[in-house]
Amino acid sequence: MKTVTRTFCGLFALCLAAPVVAETVVNIAYLRQEIDRPPVLSNLDAVPEDEGIAGAFVGLEDNITTGKFLGQIFMLDIRSVPVGGDLVAAANEILASTDIILIDAPSADMTQIADLEAAKDTLFFNVSNYDNALRDEGCRANLLHTLPSYAMRSDALMQLLQSRRWTDLVMVSGTHEPDIAFANALRRSATKFGLRIRDEKEWVFDANMRRAASAEVPLFTQDFPNHDVMLVADETGDFARYLLFNTWEPVLLAGSEGAQPVAWSPVMEQWGGVQLQNRFEEYAGRSMRSVDYAAFAAIRAIGEAVTRTGSDDASVLRDYILSPEFELGAFKGRPLSFRDWDGQMRQPIPVVHAHAVIAVPPMDGFLHPVNELDTLGIDKPESRCSAFTE
Amino acid sequence: MKKILIPALLAASPTMSGEIWVTNEHDDTVSVIDTETYEVTRTIEVGERPRGITFSKDYSVVYICASDSDTVQVVDPNTGEILHDLPSGEDPEQFALHPDNRHLYIANEDDAIATVVDVETRKVIAQIDVGIEPEGMAISPDGTIAITTSETTNMAHWINTETHELFANTLVDSRPRHAEFTHDGSQLWVSSEIGGTVTVFNVADQSEIAKVRFEITGVHPDNIQPVGFEFTEDGETVFVTLGPSNHVATINAKTFEVEDYILVGRRVWHMAFNDNNTELYTTNGVSGDVTVIDVASRTPIRTIKVGRFPWGAAFRPTE
Repeated sequence: MKTVTRTFCGLFALCLAAPVVAETVVNIAYLRQEIDRPPVLSNLDAVPEDEGIAGAFVGLEDNITTGKFLGQIFMLDIRSVPVGGDLVAAANEILASTDIILIDAPSADMTQIADLEAAKDTLFFNVSNYDNALRDEGCRANLLHTLPSYAMRSDALMQLLQSRRWTDLVMVSGTHEPDIAFANALRRSATKFGLRIRDEKEWVFDANMRRAASAEVPLFTQDFPNHDVMLVADETGDFARYLLFNTWEPVLLAGSEGAQPVAWSPVMEQWGGVQLQNRFEEYAGRSMRSVDYAAFAAIRAIGEAVTRTGSDDASVLRDYILSPEFELGAFKGRPLSFRDWDGQMRQPIPVVHAHAVIAVPPMDGFLHPVNELDTLGIDKPESRCSAFTE
Repeated sequence: MKKILIPALLAASPTMSGEIWVTNEHDDTVSVIDTETYEVTRTIEVGERPRGITFSKDYSVVYICASDSDTVQVVDPNTGEILHDLPSGEDPEQFALHPDNRHLYIANEDDAIATVVDVETRKVIAQIDVGIEPEGMAISPDGTIAITTSETTNMAHWINTETHELFANTLVDSRPRHAEFTHDGSQLWVSSEIGGTVTVFNVADQSEIAKVRFEITGVHPDNIQPVGFEFTEDGETVFVTLGPSNHVATINAKTFEVEDYILVGRRVWHMAFNDNNTELYTTNGVSGDVTVIDVASRTPIRTIKVGRFPWGAAFRPTE
């Protein structure tokens, strides 16, 4: 019950007198492979050009402010490679000047870059890719993840639905690669938490649903068996918005529409979230998205590790970030840390709708012997990632 | 235990009258509680998102941080009338009044700045660059040192009140929220909400003397989040609010050991003692109420409903 430790002014209790002379310069790069996005039925919510990058800059400003009291300087170099451009050449170029890189790229590109000879001692942060495989059988020891996985998001949603006792589900999923990956994660999570997906349909229509939704969706959903909630896996934002209020039964939607498990949303205002949103909006002129949050958290994790270790060495920072001593306060109400078996940042996953936070899983009652945050995503005993133990 | 306590309570109850003023963050009001009757006697409308609250040393006025109105309001405690606003810088969250009763040190959460305002001339006399999201504010009893803690930079910034310059920056655990000097000015205590610790510094050389951790059976460590704290008058005990764990801890200020955990309302933020330090009033953000703790027995004795999201608390005598 009663614990106390005593420490004395040492490395971490910095007893500095101002002004401070800069000693540590931390060079960080942001490497992005631009992609062609599939066409969607409505462009109401286009992906901003600076998604992720804006979050990185807001994190950088926070690091710079902190660093000025400690003689630490942070720099950020942005490399965005156009579709069809030479990502490897760009990577090799930035690897010559930095060994800490935020990476925003499809899975195959991400692992290809992490496997480059010149990247052996580089610390990468995946800020854009939810792919479970990157944290599982396809993990890399030099690749950490601040964006949650599909499995973390689907587990969060299923915990919410289970605690509401809405356990009879049906699912509509799209045919793009991310839709399939998210649908797979939802199936896995339903099994994990004892919910039942009673039927599934694939969305294959190519009509212009802005006119036809009201006519087609009722028929499309008419023969589903009884259900409490309709899951929708539509990660590119193509059709899900037209399901809402057009279903045969008056039904709740969850997944890519309705109740959405996300890394971040503009509706997050607890735990100082308003302050972060204000800083972000002032900088970017728009609201903060999940990928922005992941990039922000990566930069802040680097900053926190530099502040606490006084080092700019990527391997020292990696060891500290993966250690039990590391904790990051990042506006989610709990200290965030990294799983030392797959490099994933532990974090609560808010389930939100357009106007409010519904809940912030892990939900009460979902227990874990070590850390309740590990009830979300692929836990240590089931992980197929071995790169971190080799 | 009880046989001793009941007479003690009886002896303590006919105290001088006084009021606890509580800011309701999401109601834009202040609830005034009579410490004799435990009733809310007045609800005063103030600016948007009121948080920090403190009385002038002579209790003639009360200062209230109206965070979203970007101002510090000066209120007549007898009439509840807003007398005037003070320039405060953007988004004032907490502040501390210098022992000279004239200079208010304000943490500007959105601006990474601490603002010093002269309450007589109503002018800003200094602005000091500090870390990201400054919140906690404290001034040493002799008035020579001001402290602000920054939630995202995770530091206590030590400000020389003569020159208004930083002379030290000390790292603490994640998300520091509140700072207080001991009555004798020899130690500075700082709470870290996400880190779950309270750090004690030796003021003479800014070195860390101790770090206090908490543990409550059945509560996940991540939910034990120290925020506000208060020293008893004799300086021997510190009461610390632990946020969403819904408990207040007591720390022995000499040994730095945690002695008791007291169950209060939900998401407990800040506290104020009554006039003779026999009772402690805690603001419980989520449950929208105030818990009254009997200091001698360290037990909760009453719950008083106030407005939505009560945050700050301050005492004033009424006789």
